[in-house]
Amino acid sequence: MSKRFLSGNEAFAEGIRLAKPDVISAYPITPQTIVVERLSEMVEDGSLQSEFIHVESEHSALSCAIGASAAGARAFTATSSQGLLYMAECLYYASGGRFPIVMMNADRSTALPWNIYGDQRDSLSQLDSGWIQAYAENAQESLDLALMSYRIAEHPDVSTPFMVNLDGFVLTHTYETVEIPESEQAARFLPAYETENRVDFENPKNLAFSAGPDHNYIFKYKAHRGLLAAADVIAETEREFAEIFGRKYSGLIEQYRTEDADLILITLGSIAGLCRESADRMRMQGIRAGVIRIRYMRPFPNAEIAEALRNAKAFAVLEKDISFGNEGTVFTNVNSALQKAGLNIPGQNYIGGLGGRNISAGNIEAIFRGLVSGAPRVSFIGIGGDGSGE
Amino acid sequence: MANKTAESISREEFFYGHKACAGCGGSLAVRAALKVLGQNAVSVLPAGCMSAVGFNFPQLCFSNNSIISTFAGTASMLTGIEAGLRAKGYTDFTAVGFAGDGGTADIGIQALSGAIDRGDNIIYICYDNEAYMNTGIQKSGLTPFGARTTTTPAGQNIHGNIREKKNMFEIVAAHGIPYAATASIGYLPDFIEKVRKASQIKGTKYIHVIAPCPTGWGIAPDETVEIAKEVVDSGLWYLAEYENGRFILNRKPKQFTDAAAYLRKQGRFRHLSDEDIAHVIESRDRKWEYINQNFTYGG
Repeated sequence: MSKRFLSGNEAFAEGIRLAKPDVISAYPITPQTIVVERLSEMVEDGSLQSEFIHVESEHSALSCAIGASAAGARAFTATSSQGLLYMAECLYYASGGRFPIVMMNADRSTALPWNIYGDQRDSLSQLDSGWIQAYAENAQESLDLALMSYRIAEHPDVSTPFMVNLDGFVLTHTYETVEIPESEQAARFLPAYETENRVDFENPKNLAFSAGPDHNYIFKYKAHRGLLAAADVIAETEREFAEIFGRKYSGLIEQYRTEDADLILITLGSIAGLCRESADRMRMQGIRAGVIRIRYMRPFPNAEIAEALRNAKAFAVLEKDISFGNEGTVFTNVNSALQKAGLNIPGQNYIGGLGGRNISAGNIEAIFRGLVSGAPRVSFIGIGGDGSGE
Repeated sequence: MANKTAESISREEFFYGHKACAGCGGSLAVRAALKVLGQNAVSVLPAGCMSAVGFNFPQLCFSNNSIISTFAGTASMLTGIEAGLRAKGYTDFTAVGFAGDGGTADIGIQALSGAIDRGDNIIYICYDNEAYMNTGIQKSGLTPFGARTTTTPAGQNIHGNIREKKNMFEIVAAHGIPYAATASIGYLPDFIEKVRKASQIKGTKYIHVIAPCPTGWGIAPDETVEIAKEVVDSGLWYLAEYENGRFILNRKPKQFTDAAAYLRKQGRFRHLSDEDIAHVIESRDRKWEYINQNFTYGG
């Protein structure tokens, strides 16, 4: 194990070097670009033996990765924002074909207006595309997810592509000290990819076929089951990861001082650290505050969130997302989890950080205070209620 | 080069049991090409006629490894399959794409251009039936002038398609591709020989084969091969190759057969006026002037 001072993008690239994909399809987009730059350098210096393919678009980036996966190869690509939307057709293709590709997405705002900074409207708009979706908080977790993602995605019970999301700039471009595992350890943790879902010259296959109404439904059901099965595989993978590398992760959600919390703030990604600090300050003022960081949006942690909120008096969801005409998508998902668990806990939704706008510690403390006073159900930080009249 | 006979081609079938229309030219092109490339061909077919008729679970009609790609993604998926198989240590295989005219000249041209630019070791075969036939005969970039399609109706004001056919062969050649060729299923031995030749060249190969569609062209199912010959004989299509930076014309009709007769026997051209037909013939003659100046005639 060595330690290096790396950005989120660079840490992720280090994780991919350890995961040894056979094929990398690369197309640049800010703020993802550094990942593919570093990987090209690793291929150049021979420390990574991958076919590095300069595709001419994001659509081709993922289409190429699907082809590689169908050949039985381990495939990687990376994108962001407009690129993710441009390849959207291929997202569904990869999941429907059960191709366990790993893709890093640098979470970035979507045009219009044009903006290169971080929010999560790109990836959250693709929750229904059938991919596992993880959200990293820091550079170390980014590297670790790069390594864990293949093991989870390629598990035969799962066979589902995996999107690892890093907040644009705030995480992709921020430098931290990162522990880099030894390649022997990584090889022990991540076995070679074996599958029957591939080109086979002994028993030729017709892949990615059509299926009429009767069969189509069954294939969709199986893809859903595969994504649900990821929850157990994530837990098992993190256990083994901790044994080998000594770093522990907490599954679909991460909880901070939620055990006795009256007010719980739910969020995802790199803003979570600031939320935990705010919770500490609230507690110094006698308010029992806690934080849930959602690590996986798919499979969605329905039971985990409901259990963590069971004794709370109120909760808020802070997200860098808005589903125009409704509310934040994470909030919708959290409410569904509570409804299924038979819980009726007052919740508020805070929309912030769109187009990279800063979310300050003061903004987060205001959220906790809003939970005390009962603010509008959906609020835009710095603007106010959503204008719906609630 | 036209010395193939029925006896010299493989009796093995790799594409059968499909539900293509009677007289389908596209399915003949796929069938013949796979007989040349054999068991270790990995075929990629985008959304389009051949994937629609061949891949209906559980009725799967390819006996070699085959996969449907996204409509725009024939070439990029070929790239991935070729790279993936090579990375896994395979050497004895051919990654071959079969895309229609819309899938090639319109929605798939970007990915195709990218693959040629990278020099990926693939064969890309465009089976050109001159319109989006799978969706019910809509105009593509390869629909010829005057053709009636369901989006270029032949009315009093506009007589079908007002645009000329996009010149895919030379667009592809302009990339400096190792090998490109035009063909017609009316000259099957020539097509077969070109597929064989492509399979022995490293890098990206492109073959553009005219494959009539009786349903879309308004001809009888038993006229497919004949009309595919006639389009060449009348000079409205040509058999050529591009190799080592040179264009080679493979067949030079001494005298063109009657282009008007070729057009008038097809439902899609039946509305054309004498002026329209004169325009087609003028365009043809201009094209041949260009070919005669820039292509070398040879077998």
